[in-house]
Order: sequence, then structure tokens, then C-alpha cells
Amino acid sequence: MSVAPQTLAQKLIARAAGKDEVRPGEIVNCLVDLAMFHDSSGPRRLQPMLQALGASVWDTSKIVLVMDHYVPERDEESRRIVRIARDWARDQHLPHVYDSQGICHVVVPQHGHIRPGMFCVGGDSHSPTGGAFGAYMFGIGSTEMLGVVVTGEIWLRVPGTIRMQWDGRLAPGVVAKDMMLHMIGRFGMNGGRYQAVEFCGDAVRALSMAERMTLSNMSAELGAQAGLIAPDETTMQWLAATGAPPVDIAALHTDEEAIDAPSCETHRFEAAALEPYVAAPHSPANARGVGHFQGTPVDVAYIGACTGAKLDDLRAAAQLLRGRRVAPGVRLMVAPASLKDQEAAREEGVLQVLTDAGAQLFPTACGACAGYGETLGDDTTVISSTARNFRGRMGSPTAQVYLASPYTVAASALRGVITDPRELMRELAP
Amino acid sequence: MSASRAAGARAWRLGADVDTDALAPGHAMKHGIEVIAAHCLESVRPEFAAGVRPGDVVVAGPNFGIGSSREQAASVLVHLGVAAVVAPSFSGLYFRNAFNVGMLLLTCAEAGAIAEGERIAFDARAGRVVREGGEVLACEPIAGFLLDMVEAGGLLAQLQQRFHPGTSS
Repeated sequence: MSVAPQTLAQKLIARAAGKDEVRPGEIVNCLVDLAMFHDSSGPRRLQPMLQALGASVWDTSKIVLVMDHYVPERDEESRRIVRIARDWARDQHLPHVYDSQGICHVVVPQHGHIRPGMFCVGGDSHSPTGGAFGAYMFGIGSTEMLGVVVTGEIWLRVPGTIRMQWDGRLAPGVVAKDMMLHMIGRFGMNGGRYQAVEFCGDAVRALSMAERMTLSNMSAELGAQAGLIAPDETTMQWLAATGAPPVDIAALHTDEEAIDAPSCETHRFEAAALEPYVAAPHSPANARGVGHFQGTPVDVAYIGACTGAKLDDLRAAAQLLRGRRVAPGVRLMVAPASLKDQEAAREEGVLQVLTDAGAQLFPTACGACAGYGETLGDDTTVISSTARNFRGRMGSPTAQVYLASPYTVAASALRGVITDPRELMRELAP
Repeated sequence: MSASRAAGARAWRLGADVDTDALAPGHAMKHGIEVIAAHCLESVRPEFAAGVRPGDVVVAGPNFGIGSSREQAASVLVHLGVAAVVAPSFSGLYFRNAFNVGMLLLTCAEAGAIAEGERIAFDARAGRVVREGGEVLACEPIAGFLLDMVEAGGLLAQLQQRFHPGTSS
């Protein structure tokens, strides 16, 4: 019997469910290849529930724990939460623990844990980041994670696929964050309808892994369950650099014949026509071209988080900040997404460029993004390379948070008002 | 009494796109559920946490629960005694979390018809909400295993039954 044409999402789920094929709408049980969680969603919540159950962890080798939300510890509550995570990691003899190394969505792939074909869950909404590597990965809450941790399985309703096809090439100064804000602005925060989004087309294939991760990560902001990108040579080169074992990716794509299925829809975009995008408070869906916000004064420019402070993001900011100073009265905060990215940025001289421009360097953690650690004050207007700008997100309900690419954040820091980075790039051109 | 049925439930009306940061604010997340619950919805409906009573329902616009995977955004409603959330659509991640912590969600295209303070009845297995005047609003069907989970009090309670059959949670 021949197998029906399938989308990438269906193929990944079928493999995890031990089936030849699955159909959208079908509810299946999947074996989990990797479960990732952090200090906030993980041990502090899991440990008491495991104790109540008298159960043990199904397979410690398939768990990755990252301390990124409450580090560095700022108060007694944070110290308690992180201590629980450290003690639990030691008691369980967890082989994969990353303590204060950076943000989970960046650190875990940087260590080769997420590979094409895998089925993974994460205790954080931005877990679709794993989709950039051709893995089916989605976020779940702590109680559901408990279920995974004691059984190694999870149920799933097989999703339809929404293909976001980006043709052509992005213009200079326009990056993955702009693509994503454009899509969220167009489809809304639940436009993904908990289906699998698949990013494809020449412009996506041309993106670095770090940029692809930004797309997959913010699939969460589209309300999708997963944000997939078919693995290719770029993926394989990244994996080889991490020392991960080679994977056969030949079948890991959406079959041509599956594209016409009723459960698969395609939206096409022209990459070259895209301008830098900005999302106004208090929703990523309030996104429009930067021109609509040009001139809005900002107090803080924040380059941080899993979608906005990877090496590529720091380089982008440095490109505009080199040899310049941020506007008087503007605070430029930089929290690199991982120690690895921070060290690479240091070696390249990128960090020096940022600090010379007046940036303050913050620890490689979630920092101000979720308002867990460093929080921003009342009535502050922030332009931020982070993923989410809900009211109160960065600490104060009266803070106004605008989302933008690292280029736009850097340009806005230099002018003190929201600025189209292409204006500054033109000044740089000979 | 079953967690999937109720009558005379008082409605609190909220708008569209109620996000997880509004339900469980980041600044409170390092504390226990009772503290987070005291801050529930403070940025959009400041009187909610102190005014809500056990058995009340939340009726909201589309996309309820968008945002974070923090399940405390559902647990706070359980903690406050909310019987159900009725909305035209939910974030998929929030939907999973809610049932896992024993919080019933009813997807009802016509939720917008229900007024603030109105007394409604609902029956999740029958897939309906009944307004004060008797008007019946249809709800999307919910998989039986999820209703079983809500009636059991959530996934942890179910796992307790599995690991320790015969004991009550």
C-alpha cells in the first residue's frame, strides 16, 4: 500500500506516532524524543508533582534543563526557584543542564540537541523555535510536561499546514523579525489557529539558522502549534558545527501533491517588497511599516531575548552603531541571547562597538523580556527586539513597548525616536 | 455535581485577545498561585480578582489566552473558583493547559450575546450554553477524554489515579 502525500508536519508526527501516515484532525499519541524546560516552568513545578505521584522520570537522557528566567538571581524568591532547579538536576543526575548559559531556545539548538525529524516539547511558549531545524516542537504547560516526564508520551491533534511562501530576496536592513511582524500584522495573534505553519520559498532558504529560528520562534505569536522549516544544507552545516550526528533529511519536506489538499493553504509574499516593520503596544499584531511610527520618542532601546539578541542580531545592531553614540537620554540595553553568541560577538569586536556606542551589557538570560528579572519602569517607552509586547510584559502596565528588528532598534537608539534603519544605512553607504 | 455542567452562573464579560500576561502577570510569577491569582486581570479588569465568586463564569471575545505557556494563567481561574470560560476562540496552547489543570473552556461562536452579570447555564457534554432567557448557544464539541480530565480535576488527578489506583486525590 502506498503512503498518501503528506506535509512535513504530518511526516514528523507520523514518525513519532509510529504510523506510516496521519491525517489532519486525527488524534494520535506521540513518543517524545526531547523534553526541554527551564527554571520557571520546570523543576519548581514538576518536583512537587512528581513527589505527589511517587513517580520517576521516564528518561533523563531525553531531558534538557536550562536556567534562564530567574538568573542571575535578584531576590530571595528567585534564589529559591533557581536553587530548586539546581538541586533537582543534581538529584536526578540530569546529563543535559545549561545553567546561566543563555536562553533555552538558543542554547539547546546551539548544543545540537534539536535535529531534523525529531518530535520535541518545551515548557515555554516559544518552543516552536525547534521547527527551524525540521523538528516538530511545541510549547506545553508544566502539568502537561509532568505527563511527558513520567510517560514519555503526549497526545496531539494532527494539524493542517499553513505555508508561508516568501519569494525573492530581502532588501538590506530588512530581516526575519520584519517578515514575522508583517505576517502577525496580517493574520493576527491567532491567525495560525494552532495549525502547523511552514515557512518556505527562496527568501527563507537564504536565511541563516539564527534568522530561521526567529521565524519559528514567533510562530507562537501567530497562534500556531509549530513553525517548521524543511531542513537543507544550511541546517546540516549548523548541525555539523555542533557535533550532532548526521541525519537523513531526504524525505523531510512537504510533498508537492500535499500542497493542494484542503487542509493545506499557501500564502505568498514578495520578500523584496518588504519594509522594516514595527509592532505598537500592546500586541505584536499591531504591526505596520516603520514609517507609521517614525518620530515616536523612545526612552529605552532593548536588544535582547531569544528572537532578538543572537549573534546575527548583535552584528546587525553593530553595523549601524559603529562609530556612533546613542542619543542623549536614551538607554540602550543589550542582553546577548547566549554566552556562546556573546563570546563570538566579543571575538569579532561587535561587543566593543556596542559598548562604545553607549550600550549597557546585561546577562545572557531572558532579562527584561518577560519582566521576570530586570524590569522596566512606569511610563517608559521601549523599542525592543523581543517577541512579545503585551501590556505589563516588561514589568510596568504603563510601559509602552514597540517591537522591531535589531536594525530598527539600533537606528532608533541613535536618533532617540523610532527610525527607519535604511535612512542610517544610506548615510553609511559611500 | 460535574465540572462540565452548571446553572445560574454569573457572567463576567471581557473583551478580545485577553492574554496570559493579563491573567498571570510576569511580576507575580515568582510567587505561589494565591499571590498570582490576586493579580489576575489587574491590568484589564482591576476589580476582577477581589470580586469574582466561586461558580462565576468568564465570557470573553476571541483569542482568549494568547501568549505564554505559563499554565498559571489557567490555574488562577481554577483557584478563584471560575466554573468555565466561554469565548468564540482560544489560544491552542491555553486550551491544552486549561484542561490539564481542570479548567473548562467552552468555544462558543455566539459568546458575544451574553451580557455582563447575566446568569447562564452550560452543559459541555451536550455542547451548549443556555442564556438567562432560555436562548441556546451551541458550543464546539470537546473530545471526551478532555472532558473526563476536567471532571477528574485535571491531568495530575488522573495520573494519581493511574499511579495509585483506589486512592482519592
